[in-house]
Amino acid sequence: MLPLKWKKSDEKYKKERAEFFNAIKHLDRRTFLKVAGMAGAVFASKGLIPPHSFQLIDMVHAKTDEKPGFRFAYISDTHLYERKLNERFVRAMMRAVQDVNALDPQPDFVFFGGDLAQLGQAGELELGKQILSEVKAPIRMMVGEHDWFLDMGEKWQQLFGPSQYSFDHKGVHFIVLMSVNEKDFWTERKMTPMERMMTVAGLDNALQSRFEVGKEGQEWLKKDLAKVPKDKPIVVFSHSPLYKYYKPWNFWTEDAEAVQKMLFPYQSVTVIHGHTHQMLTNRIKNIHFHGMLSTAWPWPYPPEGLPKLTVQFDRPDPFDEADGNGNGTVDVYQKGYVDKHYNLWSKNPIKVTKTYLESWGKESIPPAPVFATY
Amino acid sequence: MKKKLLKRKLYLLIVIFILPIFSLLLLHGNPDRYAQASSKFRKNIPQGIPADLWEMLIPEDNPMTEEKVALGKDLYFDKRLSLDNTVSCATCHDPKLAFTDAKRVSEGVRGKTGARNAPTVLNSMFNVEQFWDGRSITLEDQAKQPLINPVEMAMPTHDAVVDKVKKNKDYVERFQKVFGGPVTIDNIAKAIAAFERTQLSGDSPFDRFMAGDKSAISEPAKNGWELFKGKARCLTCHEFNASSPFFTDFKYHNVGVGMKATKNFEELVRKIQGMVQKGTLTEKAIDELALTEGFSELGRFLVTRQPKDLGAFKTSTLRDIELTGPYMHDGSLKTLREVIEFYNKGGEPNPNLDGGIRKLDLTEKEISDLVEYLKTLTGDRVKRLAKGEKL
Repeated sequence: MLPLKWKKSDEKYKKERAEFFNAIKHLDRRTFLKVAGMAGAVFASKGLIPPHSFQLIDMVHAKTDEKPGFRFAYISDTHLYERKLNERFVRAMMRAVQDVNALDPQPDFVFFGGDLAQLGQAGELELGKQILSEVKAPIRMMVGEHDWFLDMGEKWQQLFGPSQYSFDHKGVHFIVLMSVNEKDFWTERKMTPMERMMTVAGLDNALQSRFEVGKEGQEWLKKDLAKVPKDKPIVVFSHSPLYKYYKPWNFWTEDAEAVQKMLFPYQSVTVIHGHTHQMLTNRIKNIHFHGMLSTAWPWPYPPEGLPKLTVQFDRPDPFDEADGNGNGTVDVYQKGYVDKHYNLWSKNPIKVTKTYLESWGKESIPPAPVFATY
Repeated sequence: MKKKLLKRKLYLLIVIFILPIFSLLLLHGNPDRYAQASSKFRKNIPQGIPADLWEMLIPEDNPMTEEKVALGKDLYFDKRLSLDNTVSCATCHDPKLAFTDAKRVSEGVRGKTGARNAPTVLNSMFNVEQFWDGRSITLEDQAKQPLINPVEMAMPTHDAVVDKVKKNKDYVERFQKVFGGPVTIDNIAKAIAAFERTQLSGDSPFDRFMAGDKSAISEPAKNGWELFKGKARCLTCHEFNASSPFFTDFKYHNVGVGMKATKNFEELVRKIQGMVQKGTLTEKAIDELALTEGFSELGRFLVTRQPKDLGAFKTSTLRDIELTGPYMHDGSLKTLREVIEFYNKGGEPNPNLDGGIRKLDLTEKEISDLVEYLKTLTGDRVKRLAKGEKL
């Protein structure tokens, strides 16, 4: 039983939160801007000036004469909860939407990296779709495990289309892979859909399987790649990293080697993945791997398996709910590979360039935090 | 044979023991004079300020002596350092007002106003960087800037300041005695900084409470202190502990003050970026923009040009806060209660609002207790100066 004084403030908070969600039900551009700016206030106050967010002119370029062909932005791992439980992740996602809308010039498209919902609930997915509808640029969606395992992707596909697809854009072939499939662990245990979802949403539990693209996914990828000439630049979007990073947290793709083998023959392959909620960089042969930031929370780096090329971000401050989170942009070069820009909300932005990866970490080294030893 | 061996042993003795000590003494220069002076100043360090920290922060190229401090004090109060002889350091950093000026934004020569509230000189030597936006790294460097800022003391150049000081034979003599050389802008700054290093605050009722006197502050104030550390979430940014008792983390945070009133924010940022590209954003330009309405609101961003520093200002100290109103970098909040209510509502929403800010849900009594607590941070000496005691 909560003491009476706590109960009162709890009720007040719940009331304000209800008002906040009521306000975003009727989202038009003006209301959205008003509401998005209420980083603390949860009720729509009158006369609020639309806040101004913008991305600054990017002064650092990769050490190359080539200029990027085009740019896209990303928002990833928003992990939205049901409205009655948590509005902090909603506000964070709205901040990301504001950031990409304020980009000048606008990106060619905005990519969503997966884990829109936290527990795969229809309400969470619909809320996410509503918030994303405010993005000015065209959106490309990718599914994450948190979106999928409640109803095995039924609602997701209804709202957003197929979980796996590809498209061409300005001479680059983009593949969106479904890489968070799992071998069935729930049927024999007679789990309910929610039990299955909660298991997948957990970490360090040996119950769930490791992520994989799977046999069917690999078949689909093979067919798709057959149409792509070897010298055409490829960008693969995947929720899981498409390499083996840290097994207990499912920072892992079980059939990574098989998938990578299919990609090695191509001149330039870049994998952009979600799931890891941190700055992450890797290179395996001719494949460059970049992780996307989450808007909801940062993960610490696991005790082993960190790729050598990764420049870590400084430990996020737990007092600061925005630290370690953010969104970003990707500059895609016409001849392939990318510059990955991390727009960290409480830290200085960092760019990991194609030159850095091409030189195996010898050139264009991003600024790293100084981790003092004791 | 024996004599030669003895001679050798003696020689070795000298080399191993006496020579190193002797050379150390030589290399150390003349520590005695400064150590003596330091100890004279040490006894004036209030109980709440770590004396070793004070001594550690005296720069090697500006050691403390009584004559230098006296010279610095006279310069600090000398209105002749301004264009029309009306403004001195003490005009905006008045000892009677806890070294601030009780104005919303400071006023310089010919009634010109800037855009920022005067911070206190008390304990300023402990700041990692000076000014609301940290644009000066040392006290010496800070002292030089208002002299040539058009809305502050408005001298055309530092050379003009030096020329003016040189006209006074008494000053010339004193500079020769203290620095062993002529009047220079750096020496002027060093003298003023040395004086500022004697202006400390650390003898408040709260300091006595922390030292063990449980009756030093009232019960509501004690509750306020608990809230400060807990529900009100103050302590993290207004950091206070035994080794850093200054109520600031010396970092820069955007709490949204002034964001509502600034409507052309994006335009201002683009202008700054343009200046950076053209190479016109010099130290002097930054100093002037910092005190220009509009640009002032960019805060730390003016100095670092990093997105997270947009609208971010240094966490101010809370010592003597009862006497240093109005509050915030633009002086927009008049009372301590208004300040706490500002934080209670979650600051002012804006895209770069610090991630540590959130609604606090404080009750009326809790706000009162916090105000009572803040009042216990006023130093005894500062109170006496406010009542008219001579500096």
